[in-house]
Amino acid sequence: MRPRVVVGKVVGAISTLAFVVVVNFFLFRIVNDDPVESMFRGRNLTAEQKERLRQQFDLDGSRFEQFVAYVRELLSGNLGVSLQSRRPVATEIAEALWPTIALVGTATTLSMAIGIWIGIRAGWRRRSRFDVGSTTFSMFTYSVPDFWLAMLALGLFSVQLGVFPTGGIEDAGSTATGLALLLDQLHHMALPCLVLAVAYIGEYAIVMRSSMLDTVREDYLQLARAKGLRDVEVRRRHAVRNAVLPVVNLSALNFGFVLSGAIAVESIFSWPGLGQATLEAIRGPDFPMLQGLFLLFSAAVILANLVADLLAGVLDPRVGGR
Amino acid sequence: MSVLELQGLSVTYRTEGGDVPAVRGVDLEIGAGDTVGLAGESGCGKSTIAAAVLRLLPTSARVEGRVLLGGEDVYAMKPGRLRAVRWTGAAIVFQGALHSLNPVHRIGAQIEEAIRVHGLGDAATARRRAADLLERVGIPASRADRYPHQLSGGQRQRVLIAIALACGPHLLIADEPTTALDVMVQAQVLDLLAELQRDEGLAMLFITHDLSVLTSACRRLAVMYAGRIVETGPAEDVVRLPSHPYTAALAGAFPTIGDPASRMRPSGLPGDPPDPAALPSGCPFHPRCNRAVEACSTTDVGLRVSAPGRAAACVHVEPA
Repeated sequence: MRPRVVVGKVVGAISTLAFVVVVNFFLFRIVNDDPVESMFRGRNLTAEQKERLRQQFDLDGSRFEQFVAYVRELLSGNLGVSLQSRRPVATEIAEALWPTIALVGTATTLSMAIGIWIGIRAGWRRRSRFDVGSTTFSMFTYSVPDFWLAMLALGLFSVQLGVFPTGGIEDAGSTATGLALLLDQLHHMALPCLVLAVAYIGEYAIVMRSSMLDTVREDYLQLARAKGLRDVEVRRRHAVRNAVLPVVNLSALNFGFVLSGAIAVESIFSWPGLGQATLEAIRGPDFPMLQGLFLLFSAAVILANLVADLLAGVLDPRVGGR
Repeated sequence: MSVLELQGLSVTYRTEGGDVPAVRGVDLEIGAGDTVGLAGESGCGKSTIAAAVLRLLPTSARVEGRVLLGGEDVYAMKPGRLRAVRWTGAAIVFQGALHSLNPVHRIGAQIEEAIRVHGLGDAATARRRAADLLERVGIPASRADRYPHQLSGGQRQRVLIAIALACGPHLLIADEPTTALDVMVQAQVLDLLAELQRDEGLAMLFITHDLSVLTSACRRLAVMYAGRIVETGPAEDVVRLPSHPYTAALAGAFPTIGDPASRMRPSGLPGDPPDPAALPSGCPFHPRCNRAVEACSTTDVGLRVSAPGRAAACVHVEPA
């Protein structure tokens, strides 16, 4: 890809993010003009006390002044103060970030690898027993809601069989450190991770399969076969190399939803990640927290889009020109 | 010994709508250094023959008769032997205008792959040979790191020729190698093929719908209609004095170069080629034939030898 094209895409991503900052700010001002009023509804606060609270949450001044202050603070990494915990939003988010990346990131990677593997084999031998079996499985897991799968898994493995903990990230009151702590956390992560992975596999398998089905008809596979290549070589070097392009794109885009994608499953397993934080912020409602979370989720999607675009340029010589 | 011999080759595609006979009993022989042209409209089965030679047909195709490459039955080979024979016994020049080149691999790598697969040299040797082959077909070796989309249609066709030559095959099958190229480029590609054939003493099976191309490039000619050879003989004779009305119509559809009068009156052929799944009774050509007689709709005559080396499948041909 030409450097000029790359720079153009980066600039595009940054402008999109700037647009999101603006919309994000005004969206919450439209939803609720005066959070202080609604937070302390029914309580007797003096006008003075309310004014102090508004100052504390940067709600004084005109709308425009508020926005300028917000952007200034944003650029220095300050996302405001949570209405619920009274702690900085940035700190709250940072704490919830890693559990989510560990859980959803692992599940996404796992399902991607398995799903693509399934899709390659199913598409290469259409209507084979493997194809029929795996496609039925993929369709099923693709259409089943992940929270339903989560509740089933919880009921079976944690409640009935008792092989996995019912929730949380570590045993309550645990004092373990180091390796013991890590193992305990992995034990807690296993079941939600498995549920998410199963829920995601179908999409990758189905998309990879259909991309393979388009590719197996291509003339260059006939040439590869005529040259004397083995079936596996034709598949790997010629078919998969082409068929995987749209799936790589999809995968890169899906990584953008890692942070925001598991709200339901996280809350079922009481996983202290961004999903649960989002749910609690909505219950509040905790506007500064929501605003910070939305901004982060948008940034992740924009970044993933940028990565997908750049990756396409690397993998497909036809993209980006010469 | 002949390089390629087809003995009663029949190919039937099994589809959900029933069996479709694409090739129906074709006999053909190509000796070392020989050039044979196979002509016919689209759908007459000529490309099916090209694929059948290297056993590249889909599994839904039923193949009967025998295909002998260098005397060896292709359909009796074990998989390993078949892979070894592909591209060394015979190689195919695919259509460059279509998507015969893999879009994500550099053209040099696509030539080298054939050399490496057949164990004809290490990476460095293969790279050198690929560079030589590109130069041989008239593309600067420095373009080896280009991708197919960066080349013109004519250049892509040349790359496909270079790929076909990679393993020094005994037979070159050119499957419509000039279709969808503009006329100037067509002539260049044809010249290149003729030159290669002469220099390397390659045997060649040239498949096209364009009779005028075949007369200059081939010694012998076989004209196909509805999955069968309907006329065969020395190329010049067949085109100049066709015995079969179909050959005459095909020859009349193209103006003769150097004869301005023929450009003024190109004679077309009415109607469409028959649907292989529902062939007409008797001679399959009779519904479109301007010389059809009553017997044509009931009897299908086989190839009749009219003169030494010449034969045609028509009731009007007097057996010699």
